Amino acid sequence: MSAPPAIRVEGVRKVFATGGREVVALDGIDLEVAAGEFVCLLGPSGCGKSTLLNAVAGFSPPTAGRILAGGREVTSPGPDRAMVFQEYALFPWMTVAQNVAFGLEVKGRPAPEIRETVDSWLGKLNLLDFRDRFPKDLSGGMRQRVAIARVLAIDAPILLMDEPFGALDALTRRNLQEELLRIWAGSGKTVLFVTHGIEESIFLADRVVVMTYRPGAVKEVVPVTLPRPRDPSSSEFNALEKRVTALVMAEQARHERDERGAPAG
Amino acid sequence: MSGRSARLLRAVLVPVIVLVVWEVVSRTGAISAIIMPAPSRVVVRWWDYAASGEMLQDAAGSLYRVLGGFAIGAGLALPLGLLMGAKEWVNQLFDPLLQILRPIPPIAFIPLAILWFGLGNPPAFFLIALGAFFPVLVNTIAGVRHVDAIHLRAARNLGASEWTIFRRVILPSAMPYVLSGMRIGIGVAFIVVIVAEMTAVNQGLGYRILEAREYFWSDKIIAGMITIGIIGLVIDGVMGRISARLLRWHRGLEG
Repeated sequence: MSAPPAIRVEGVRKVFATGGREVVALDGIDLEVAAGEFVCLLGPSGCGKSTLLNAVAGFSPPTAGRILAGGREVTSPGPDRAMVFQEYALFPWMTVAQNVAFGLEVKGRPAPEIRETVDSWLGKLNLLDFRDRFPKDLSGGMRQRVAIARVLAIDAPILLMDEPFGALDALTRRNLQEELLRIWAGSGKTVLFVTHGIEESIFLADRVVVMTYRPGAVKEVVPVTLPRPRDPSSSEFNALEKRVTALVMAEQARHERDERGAPAG
Repeated sequence: MSGRSARLLRAVLVPVIVLVVWEVVSRTGAISAIIMPAPSRVVVRWWDYAASGEMLQDAAGSLYRVLGGFAIGAGLALPLGLLMGAKEWVNQLFDPLLQILRPIPPIAFIPLAILWFGLGNPPAFFLIALGAFFPVLVNTIAGVRHVDAIHLRAARNLGASEWTIFRRVILPSAMPYVLSGMRIGIGVAFIVVIVAEMTAVNQGLGYRILEAREYFWSDKIIAGMITIGIIGLVIDGVMGRISARLLRWHRGLEG
């Protein structure tokens, strides 16, 4: 008997009204993410992958259809679906330790427990030496580590990641990808990870969900069965990358045609 | 010559020349001492003013009115500004009245203030509170509205209640605006206190320089002005220090 899916997206449609006209951002999305699974949403900009993630997070409800997380319908943001943003979204007036403690304080945990949890996560992410620094004193990579520690500290079963490594240089990105996999492995956490990086998605995910450009829909779901740690220079990796690239480029071409085409769209 | 001493020399050159010319012109009697007393006389007078204890009394009185009026004005503006920034319906209730009152300089309220409160400290407190009120209010509203949407989303995502978000996200992110409003507010308060003392209070630095005019003591007028300048500088410096201390996290984030 299999466990119920951690995330279940049923016939989700999302329409934005901008400047008097309607844009269908998502249409007919059906998706199941199993508990403990790592799934990447991949597609060109404008394919609605972030829109879908925001809907799962509860920031922006779908126009039609519904989303279930842990068996319950999503109606608002909640700490069971912790989000890591591309812009880090750290609170600049709080130190590193205060940022990581925030979610626990909100939950009303006792102070000694908060301190212990915070220090344990800061340790695991190599941040202990920075616990009393303010975010402005940290590099982009360090800030994103803090943001990851902040969501891990509240022990959410589902992690939503919105292009979290998009603004980082290649080396830092690879470092954080490996760290994320290390923490995820055996944690039982479900990860829904938005990216436009083809290599990144194959490096990380159990399944890559390739999305179509406008309206956003699921074009193809590509399972990645390569054992971890994955070697991006291996021939299997390359073959897969080639296949996914072909899928994404077809959508990218539609995106570019759209940009060049009539301004009315 | 090193760049630093050259810069220092250029910095003092013009003030020194002005002082020397002023001293010489006054000494030769080319300009009457009532119009422009020599700087040396001003310094002596300033020293007498300080040594007699009169300066301390005047300064203490002015400072008391500034701080008291500022506390009232900022104390009313801060909660109202937070509410107006956070709740649109509160803003809709108060904004029209405040927009009508805001362009009226606090000094224009002097006649009414005297009619309502008589002479002495009460009208001064009223006028100073009014002067400090609007800069703090306007900046607080702006601060609350400029809270970064991504911080609100992050807090909500971590499970924070609306009250927690207000206290721990909106309030601290509005702080840089609130503090710069307070800095402007206390500057206005200091202007208003001098004018209030010239009209409605018979004590303080503003009263003292107006009193000196009646006796044609221009050296004392200037000595009083210098004292006012020094106190203004100290107040602004203290406010700057408090801001920098509270906004350690903010330094370098914006210009």
